[in-house]
Amino acid sequence: MTRWIESQRNILDYTLSSLLRRKGKNASLLFVYTLVVFILASAMFFLQGMKREAALLLRETPEIVVQGMLQGRYDPIPDTHLEKIRSIRGVLSAETRLWGYYYDPVAGANYTLLVPRDRTITGDAIVIGNGLSRVRQVFPGDILSFRGRDGTNRPFVVEGTFPAESELVSADLILVSAEGFRSLFGLPPSRATDIVVTVRNPREVRTVARKIAEMLPEARPILRDEIARTYDSVFDWRGGIVLVLLSMSLLAFAILAWDKASGLSAEERREIGILKAIGWETSDVIAAKVYEGWFVSFFAFTLGLLIAYWHVFFTSAALFAPALKGWSVLYPDFRITPFVDPYQVAVLFFLTVVPYTAATVVPSWRAAIVDPDAVMRT
Amino acid sequence: MIRLLDVRKGFNLGKPNAFVAVSGITLTLEANRVTVLKGPSGSGKTTLLSLVGCMARPTSGRITLTGRFPGFNGSAGEPDLREIEVTSLPERFLTKVRQRTFGFVFQQFNLIGGLTVLENIMLPAIPLGERHDVTRERALALLDLFGLGGRADARVEWLSGGEAQRSAIARALINDPPVVIADEPTAHLDSKLSLEFMDIIALLKDRGKTAIIASHDPLVSEAGMVDRVVAMRDGLIDGEPA
Ligand SMILES: Nc1ncnc2c1ncn2[C@@H]1O[C@H](COP(=O)(O)OP(=O)(O)O)[C@@H](O)[C@H]1O
Ligand SMILES: [Mg+2]
Repeated sequence: MTRWIESQRNILDYTLSSLLRRKGKNASLLFVYTLVVFILASAMFFLQGMKREAALLLRETPEIVVQGMLQGRYDPIPDTHLEKIRSIRGVLSAETRLWGYYYDPVAGANYTLLVPRDRTITGDAIVIGNGLSRVRQVFPGDILSFRGRDGTNRPFVVEGTFPAESELVSADLILVSAEGFRSLFGLPPSRATDIVVTVRNPREVRTVARKIAEMLPEARPILRDEIARTYDSVFDWRGGIVLVLLSMSLLAFAILAWDKASGLSAEERREIGILKAIGWETSDVIAAKVYEGWFVSFFAFTLGLLIAYWHVFFTSAALFAPALKGWSVLYPDFRITPFVDPYQVAVLFFLTVVPYTAATVVPSWRAAIVDPDAVMRT
Repeated sequence: MIRLLDVRKGFNLGKPNAFVAVSGITLTLEANRVTVLKGPSGSGKTTLLSLVGCMARPTSGRITLTGRFPGFNGSAGEPDLREIEVTSLPERFLTKVRQRTFGFVFQQFNLIGGLTVLENIMLPAIPLGERHDVTRERALALLDLFGLGGRADARVEWLSGGEAQRSAIARALINDPPVVIADEPTAHLDSKLSLEFMDIIALLKDRGKTAIIASHDPLVSEAGMVDRVVAMRDGLIDGEPA
């Protein structure tokens, strides 16, 4: 047994020196392999990360949002609706919300202005998101002016920045007071952006929504489920692009593996013949080739995975961002919370390392079953 | 001692290009002797060497080896002297016997490019599962013996013809086999290097080795340390009836 281990160690040593010997060939192989793993793993990490961000976002989303409607389009909702909704059976609570978008020509970005319900902000104070703070270079104590609906500039005092578990939520967020919000957007006191409704029994969400729609014909209830479905379809669409990317990479990989499988160089064949002649068994030769395949595989796999991790979570998938995100200009700097799904890593492993190792073994096996005396006859 | 009994070897039997390269040879090769197989090209020398060296199996006939074969008597320590019939051994055991019994020197030397002299010499020991440093010690000792001490870390491409040849012999000896088999070892050597090769054979004989050399080079068959010349023709020992 120890002899066997020792012989495998020796074969492994030999494999490593063989790899170094064919530096050029193996380096290019390693490069392509690493690149394929990198692309696949990046796509995987990215999609997974985005899905998680979206899930975080949805967790914050209320079960039912009621919007006002005018001419079939969105309109601020009158707060008189609040009482009517509260009177519906099964409704736990109904609250108005104040939030909106503000386009800032200086940064060329859209901000989300929100009057928080769980935090009191008074007068002209605001709390801003990290992304905004970075782009506009404004920090607590500074003044930020927005052009109001009436055309005048309205100064706000930055009270703090917004730390959040998910930057996707907070990057462009500005928390304002109700007065500040209303005066900036010119929203009358009797109106709100929308109404959020919580329901006592989750199974009654649809019933409650139907009752709201019946009672308030000029309002539109939106369910969280519907939002989730919209997100899913967006991700499915993006996932489609990634799938194309994925299949292209896999194709490239298959070609690489096939190239490897379809033949050893004459020099490698000769080497295998010599090894057989000087007393190596077929299984020793195959072991050497398997180790070689494993080594290249593991190295490329690990390297590709690490670079992909860095790419997605530290550079915010810089290479994919233009194609896949295309959101607010603030986002290119936003970071996806690092998250790795072991199941997906395993899938990637079985899609690359296993076929590659198999591809290296087959031709080696074919070369290794030559008769040991073949060398004497050439 | 190696015994061959009515050994035949045919290729592509049953096909139109069937060919019998060795057609019934009975021969006993004594231990610690230098035997030269001589004969024209195509007479079956290489084929016979591959049969003797357990690289190929005969089509018919028996080959037996007498020696100490580790792993065959089941007990640890120095194995007993015993006779085994290699023709009936399974592949794996055949390789084991070959690893321990024979060292091969090929016509083209067949050193592996890109590796150093030392690495090439250690190659046959790799599957044996011996500790690397133990093998290395032996390899260095062999290099010293053949005046290659300073060339251990040289790549084999940089070797002169004589150095390459001595490296090939050193590689054949790394597992300390009792028998050295050489096929046309002087084919690519000038007279001076050919004589040098035969001197090394004499040295090995002094150390108790058996040598079996196939060659049609008179420099080899007429060398002083050669004990026996077996002439071959058309797959038979010359002069013996088919
Ligand atoms: N693998 C093989 N397949 C078919 N014929 C072979 C094979 N090996 C050797 N031969 C034939 O056997 C004959 C003897 O060859 P060989 O043993 O190499 O002779 P020598 O070494 O004396 O020149 C040659 O005619 C050769 O063509
Ligand atoms: Mg020959």
